[in-house]
Amino acid sequence: MTNKEYKKLTKEIIPKQTSFKKLITSFIIGGFIGLLAELLIEFYSSFESISKSTASNLMMVTFIFFSSLFTVLGFFDELVTKAGGGLIIPITGFSHSTTSSALEYRKEGMVYGIGANIFKLSGTVILYGVVSAYIFGIIRYIIFGG
Amino acid sequence: MTLKFNNIYINESAVVAGPYLYNGPLSGKFDDCYSDFYDKEKTFEDCEIKELEKCIKILLKKISLYNKDIDAMFSSDLTNQLYISNFAAEKLKIPYIGIYNACASFTAELILASSLLNNKDINNVICTTSGHNLTSERQFRSPVEYGSPKPDYSTFTVSAATACLLTKTKSPIKIESGTIGKVYDLGVKDSFDMGSAMAPAAAETFYEHLINNDIDENYYDLIITGDLGVYGEEIFKKYCNEIFNIDLKNYYDSATKVYDMNNKKVLAGGSGPSCLPSYVFSYIIPKMKNKEIKRVLLLATGALLSTTSVNHKKSIPCICHAICLEAI
Repeated sequence: MTNKEYKKLTKEIIPKQTSFKKLITSFIIGGFIGLLAELLIEFYSSFESISKSTASNLMMVTFIFFSSLFTVLGFFDELVTKAGGGLIIPITGFSHSTTSSALEYRKEGMVYGIGANIFKLSGTVILYGVVSAYIFGIIRYIIFGG
Repeated sequence: MTLKFNNIYINESAVVAGPYLYNGPLSGKFDDCYSDFYDKEKTFEDCEIKELEKCIKILLKKISLYNKDIDAMFSSDLTNQLYISNFAAEKLKIPYIGIYNACASFTAELILASSLLNNKDINNVICTTSGHNLTSERQFRSPVEYGSPKPDYSTFTVSAATACLLTKTKSPIKIESGTIGKVYDLGVKDSFDMGSAMAPAAAETFYEHLINNDIDENYYDLIITGDLGVYGEEIFKKYCNEIFNIDLKNYYDSATKVYDMNNKKVLAGGSGPSCLPSYVFSYIIPKMKNKEIKRVLLLATGALLSTTSVNHKKSIPCICHAICLEAI
């Protein structure tokens, strides 16, 4: 049996994984996170000393703090498994992957454990986030002059 | 390659079951159990070592032998460089050989141990397997606390330590023959989809075993594969039907029998080196002793992947070894 024929055989039995229900759940939860973020920005910028851009930074810090805390408390992974993209794509996913790596490797020491592995999953996001920020920054500078 | 054995017997066995397994359908049939993935230890690995050691001690107590009476011990697990087996062996001081055949280790060990017993100086050989859901999750997938949706066809590693004693003194369960399998790879790359990857290896070894012994599938009262899962079981049946024209009736996969399948967390069923032996020792062997089943063919399947090979975008090579057990 060739690999192609075998793939056909397995395809008839293995169920499809992208279901409409999962897409809708991710969409609704992702939207809810967005709404929550908007409300948080409104809340923070209602203080006179806080500007709108500082308020959105504070909103992110809040999200990072709570998803990190919930990961440590041990129930956030269950939520992510249910919510899928709705919690992975926003900053909650970034914070969750960093904290879970730190928890995983803490038994291997501060340096070779946590230090070396904390960005194991989220390192990709940081690296390519920074690289693309530079590239798009340069493009913006050339086209719009800064 | 099929080997015939004349006077090798499974004398006694022991199983220490972990979470999800001990409160599943086989509940109450185990020698001991633990309900927490740490079981009062600091790391999951320490917990796994402790359970393996405990299991071997229970076995030795059952057969009233001491460590020094055992001539050799084969052991296997899923961690890098057999971390668990090595550390358990150090504590027990029994002559030890660690082997790795992923989840096919159990039948590989039985074949090796049976061959070793043909040597007249060797009388007692222990075969053990160890599995822990979270150490293998760490080893092959993502951090334990990291949640990501898993496909329905992925399997859930069985947490259990199993051990059995093989001897030449007559006992109710005889090891009749064994087939050493070849490695097959039909291009499955999805490391969650072990069932599809391993089914062809299982079917090929099964067919080779039948041909070499000149028998057909009805010779066995029961044929059990290792850990193909719900979908792998279907694929195995279909593969046998289409390629070898074998219509299997007395067959099922042990992965679907060890857990309460209504629990959504276990997805397509159990896997890992302890999946088949924990089922066989707690359910099949007592039935064989009661003469309800006479002849059983065990096909333990193993996916020989590593995290590096997956990152290199290689497909998954798989193996299966067969062992025939007979009730006397």
